[in-house]
Amino acid sequence: MPPKLCALCNEARAILKRPKTGQQICRDCFFYVFETEVHNTIMEARLFKRGDRVAIGASGGKDSTVLAYVMKALNDRYDYGLELFLLSIDEGITGYRDDSLETVKRNQQQYDMPLKILSYDELYGWTMDAIVAQIGKKNNCTFCGVFRRQALDRGAAMLNVDHIVTGHNADDIAETVLMNIMRGDIARLGRCTLICTQGEDTIKRSKPFKYTYEKEIVMYAYFKKLDYFSTECIYSPDAYRGHARVFLKDLEAARPSAIIDIIHSGEAFEVKDEVKATQKIQQTCKRCGYMSSNELCKACTLLEGLERGLATAAITDRGRKKLEESATSTENMRTIPFFQMPAGQAATATAIS
Amino acid sequence: MSLNISVVFQGGLDNLFSKKPSHKLTIPATSDGKPANLTYLIFWLRDNLLSEREELFIQDGTVRPGILVLVNEVEGSGDGTDWELLGEGDYELKSGDEIIFISTLHGG
Repeated sequence: MPPKLCALCNEARAILKRPKTGQQICRDCFFYVFETEVHNTIMEARLFKRGDRVAIGASGGKDSTVLAYVMKALNDRYDYGLELFLLSIDEGITGYRDDSLETVKRNQQQYDMPLKILSYDELYGWTMDAIVAQIGKKNNCTFCGVFRRQALDRGAAMLNVDHIVTGHNADDIAETVLMNIMRGDIARLGRCTLICTQGEDTIKRSKPFKYTYEKEIVMYAYFKKLDYFSTECIYSPDAYRGHARVFLKDLEAARPSAIIDIIHSGEAFEVKDEVKATQKIQQTCKRCGYMSSNELCKACTLLEGLERGLATAAITDRGRKKLEESATSTENMRTIPFFQMPAGQAATATAIS
Repeated sequence: MSLNISVVFQGGLDNLFSKKPSHKLTIPATSDGKPANLTYLIFWLRDNLLSEREELFIQDGTVRPGILVLVNEVEGSGDGTDWELLGEGDYELKSGDEIIFISTLHGG
């Protein structure tokens, strides 16, 4: 088969077929369109303003490694005027996170960005290894997910940043749309396609790769020879997401635009006012000050369950009620430090370090 | 007649192949009288090199969705071409080719 020429420059040899458009393009044009689309996403959503301090949630995996590389490149090329940081959460998973954190440490050198690592152990007094030792492999993803979300916000507060960006890509978002439909989680369905979320009491969070296909992220990392870590978590992966993922990949194989189409559908859903009215209002956790839809936030509930040896009870609503009824004092029990939004750089920099 | 092929597994796929990321192989140049192509190689890898969990590598007669395949042709630029541009499974292998399999399914 004779080599095909790039559909964009008509000069160089095409090396890949874009899933989003079906175009066959060369290496340099691929880098250009990949980076420019992320730039356009950032500009259209007006994600940043000059002088913003931005933390990149970095796991050492492909998405966040490519995100750190591209954010640095765009910040230089278009002069966004951002101060970039790497923020990693150490869940305490021996043989998995310790290795991937080594990748992040290399990224810190390669991209010349300050790195903050915050561990579950430091924040909650429990590593995932210790949690799994107590509760087993079932449901441990619930703990990890709830703890990670809050740890990212707390790490960001320690760095005193204005904004957290994460490497969630188009495939991840399409998967989440499907999962929320399958679970009937209307509240999450409504917000999972938002490029940027910000509550009153949380740090702004956004997804510059919202429209970027996973295939292109992996291709980009490959052609740029970026250093990333790719091992599956040693504890049982999120089974429900796994089903959505396989289903989505099968759809994509049949019709590559399926991913962007599902995101589009997710964006177009409108939640009726009557339905919205039944949703719980946000409040702040009475124990740790983090946003919550109950008196106690999910992380405090889960932590209390662990501390009292009733870990699995904390996962269901019924279990939570039982936990509340049998409430004892939190004395002698480990709790999460009180959460405060970063308020002015000097103040927080000295308050939390 | 046989072909010398290099095969590279990335993105966690090496775990299915005795945790070894790169392999130098000698495979038959033809199967059933037809030149060996990528589909033939995929099944050859399953039968001769795969150490575990076949379903994570092969599905419905090709690689599992989510696995990217790149071909570094012996007379190519030295950087790999998406197999979708080369006829996918129908691409006929040449001695000296390097084939790269990358899983996109791991981690994030």
